[in-house]
Amino acid sequence: MGLLSKKDAALITDPFADNNPITIQVLGICSALAITAELKASIVMAISVLFVLGVGNVVISLMRNIIPSKIRIVVQLIVVATLVIIVDLVLKAFQYELSKTLGAFIGLIITNCIIMGRFEAFALANGPWRSFLDGIGNAVGYGVILILVGFFRELLGSGTLLGFKVLGDPIEKTGVYAFGYENNGFMLLAPMALIVVGIIIWIQRSRNEALIEEN
Amino acid sequence: MEHLELFFKSIFIDNMVFATFLGMCSYLAVSKKVTTAVGLGAAVIFVLAVTVPLNWLLDQYILQPGALVWLGPEYAEYDLSFLSFILFIATIATMVQLVEIIVEKFSPSLYNSLGIFLPLIAVNCAILGGSLFMQSREIATLGLALNYGIGSGIGWFLAILAIAAIREKIRYSNIPAPLRGLGITFIVTGLMAIGFMSFGGMLTGGDEEAEEAPNTQVVKVIKTEDAKAIKMKKKELANNTKEIQE
Repeated sequence: MGLLSKKDAALITDPFADNNPITIQVLGICSALAITAELKASIVMAISVLFVLGVGNVVISLMRNIIPSKIRIVVQLIVVATLVIIVDLVLKAFQYELSKTLGAFIGLIITNCIIMGRFEAFALANGPWRSFLDGIGNAVGYGVILILVGFFRELLGSGTLLGFKVLGDPIEKTGVYAFGYENNGFMLLAPMALIVVGIIIWIQRSRNEALIEEN
Repeated sequence: MEHLELFFKSIFIDNMVFATFLGMCSYLAVSKKVTTAVGLGAAVIFVLAVTVPLNWLLDQYILQPGALVWLGPEYAEYDLSFLSFILFIATIATMVQLVEIIVEKFSPSLYNSLGIFLPLIAVNCAILGGSLFMQSREIATLGLALNYGIGSGIGWFLAILAIAAIREKIRYSNIPAPLRGLGITFIVTGLMAIGFMSFGGMLTGGDEEAEEAPNTQVVKVIKTEDAKAIKMKKKELANNTKEIQE
């Protein structure tokens, strides 16, 4: 860890667990819930947010001394919107089918609260390198939850992972289906995303008592 | 009829919170008390009602492929749709600022009650989501766009009002410690979303009937069965929420 001092390393590892953007800071819920019915979409979303948050944090951090505080929200929105347009065009060029399924939700990265939240809370007050680490750390913390939710919803809902039939074929009754297992189609519907995230929060907080909220 | 259908659809079937999860951040953060929830909800209705029609105009006359044709025939081939994110968000940010200034000038009491929420709204995904879904669902006229904006605003308002009321009550109940606060809010929202799914079958019925005119009887039978299933679901849901509240 010659590159990173202990303080810098904490910037990356903290959002991973005890300061997770989704389960603790309550940021960026919208996209976390809407697109997690498939693992692949979750991974692509996580990578897009990683790019936007990492680069955006550096840009805002470099400009932090010349942005008048009254119009900073507009400036931040323009920076994010530009980065998101890049992501959108890249996706359309290389993953056209996926960009169709993600649809409006790529555009909604602009108003993903994680991004504005980290700009406001961190990049406006810190140098570019630390902001970059903070951006990467938070985006990874976000991505982990996204991939976790996507993993369970796709596995239990359609019995596949990334499109591979890991549990066997439901029509020809191979694999676990031979023993009478059925896919739970309910997992693919929107409300189950909320309940899966609720359960993740439950598990995390029962492992770490310090995170429990007062009533 | 078209208007009524879209209005109903945007409030209940495509509810911003329960069907598309838009505006979840402020939905979770500002729903601890009913009064603040009402303030934010009203502000969201208002801003959506202004920005969706405005962005519809932008979309029709600037952004769509060939939309610039009113400038002259040589502009017919331009496609500026890749600019829509940046234009939409700029419109929203400036409109929110404008609304803030106007409200402050003419109604200081309303400004004081909405005050902190107005700037928050610029980054509420429900607002940008309203415009993006308006674009992707290809809403046809300005009137329908206004209708869609108000309808989805009311849907969001209803959702935050309901969860705020539930959270006020839930404070007095004995919830497992790790679930307190955020965890139980997620699960209750999930149950509410299941409840709202029961609205899903309501409007599709009309199209089916038109297409399958000879089989109307069959369709009707299916429909009544559906309705029964929906009623059952609602009952279950009501029981579940009661149990949770208790």
